[in-house]
Amino acid sequence: MTLVSVRDLTIRLGSHTALSGVDLEITPGEIVTVVGPNGSGKTTLLRAIIGAVRAQTGRVERAAGLSIGYVPQSLSIDPTLPLTVNRFLQLPRTRERNLCETALAQAGADGLGERQMSALSGGQFQRVLLARALLEKPQLLILDEPTTGLDQPGSAAFYQQIERVRQDIGCAVLMVSHELHVVMSASDRVICLNGHVCCHGTPDVVASAPEYRALFGTGTQGALALYRHDHDHHHHHHEAAE
Amino acid sequence: MLDDFLVRASLAGVGVALAAAPLGCFVVWRRMAYFGDATAHAAILGVAISLAFSTSVFAGALAVSLMMALTVSAISGRGLAVDTLLGVMAHSALAFGLVAVSFLQGVRLDLMVYLFGDILAVSQGDLAVIWGGVLLILALMFWRWSALLTATLNQDLAHASGINPRREQLILTVALAVVVAVAIKVVGVLLIAALLIIPAASARPVSRTPEGMAMMAAGIGAVSALLGLRLSYLYDTPAGPSIICVAAVAFAVTNVAQLVRGRA
Repeated sequence: MTLVSVRDLTIRLGSHTALSGVDLEITPGEIVTVVGPNGSGKTTLLRAIIGAVRAQTGRVERAAGLSIGYVPQSLSIDPTLPLTVNRFLQLPRTRERNLCETALAQAGADGLGERQMSALSGGQFQRVLLARALLEKPQLLILDEPTTGLDQPGSAAFYQQIERVRQDIGCAVLMVSHELHVVMSASDRVICLNGHVCCHGTPDVVASAPEYRALFGTGTQGALALYRHDHDHHHHHHEAAE
Repeated sequence: MLDDFLVRASLAGVGVALAAAPLGCFVVWRRMAYFGDATAHAAILGVAISLAFSTSVFAGALAVSLMMALTVSAISGRGLAVDTLLGVMAHSALAFGLVAVSFLQGVRLDLMVYLFGDILAVSQGDLAVIWGGVLLILALMFWRWSALLTATLNQDLAHASGINPRREQLILTVALAVVVAVAIKVVGVLLIAALLIIPAASARPVSRTPEGMAMMAAGIGAVSALLGLRLSYLYDTPAGPSIICVAAVAFAVTNVAQLVRGRA
């Protein structure tokens, strides 16, 4: 059974081709991470999966009755909009108070329910977004660069939280990230995207793929390919590049 | 009871304030102030057309406002320089409307009525139309509230929850045109946007939730209508502007109070 199956997906935004010929399948319970440089179509891919953009060719098939929990890349709440965390969690559907509390606890945001959204720190805000997604009882949790604006320990803690959530409720996770070194250790599969799928597979396979190295290795003097230091078989490449 | 013009005026004012409150909150949250202006100003053109063809002013204003609102809504979805464009449309709609009115014989003297409202002249028929519109808007707001709120927060979040943000935008647009049509008689086209924005902005500092803000805006709007009418009666001032003045004082009070509290 697959939750989402993307077949030969091509999306043009205006004159720009954001995605071309992308194939992707997500099966229950796995963590799939999409990596790629800025403008590589990562967000567009997620938006196509939730139905926010239309495909020019190809198709996106969601399993019947699939429940998706979505954590957007950013959420700017207009300062004129008063919003408590509890009220935010209940958009658009009313939830029982204790379900909200459970979701907050699962997301590591216990006791924030009565706070104003505008009074949360970056890390708390992301956890509240996660809690709202969990209230959908998701079979698939989709996160778009969920650690934007968090410092390194903050993002590491957030990714650990996501792994715990996956263990707790057994959902599949599809996320986009540029923080390769942190993300990869937690992922079952990595998809390297640059308008099309450059390479994909387990983190180890992708990490040693020449396409991936071309994208993240040499162009950045290896700075972006510093993931999994201790397990890297190509350590000397890094040193040579640095 | 409805024979008393002050009672009819009060009912009309309170009704429009109630409908404007939740809608005004969305106008504030979505930063649509100019959108409200353009829609309201276009109504004067609708008034001119209605008078020329001797049809209902409500219908004419509603039709032209709706066309303007839909046009603006379509344009703003395309990422053009919306602010400038809305400014152009808001003011040119008003200018064209005023010019159109000037062609009509004998209407020129009544122009003030449409620009600033004529709440003391609300008839029983007007009252029925106004409350019909008010109930329609309140029903729409009540029905779509959560979906509208989700779409206002973030479009992708709405999509993921199965809500189509474009549809919600359309609902707001229609509601806005209806409120413009029913508010012309009460505050006139120039002050409709004020009736939308000021009560909502006054309610913001004293609210913790979106619903709280809408309720508070309704309360402030209704009190402004009643108090404004009273003051207008006592001091012989124009009724529509008096209502807006009271609302503006409420805005000053709640916002200054918040500043003081924030500093203390």
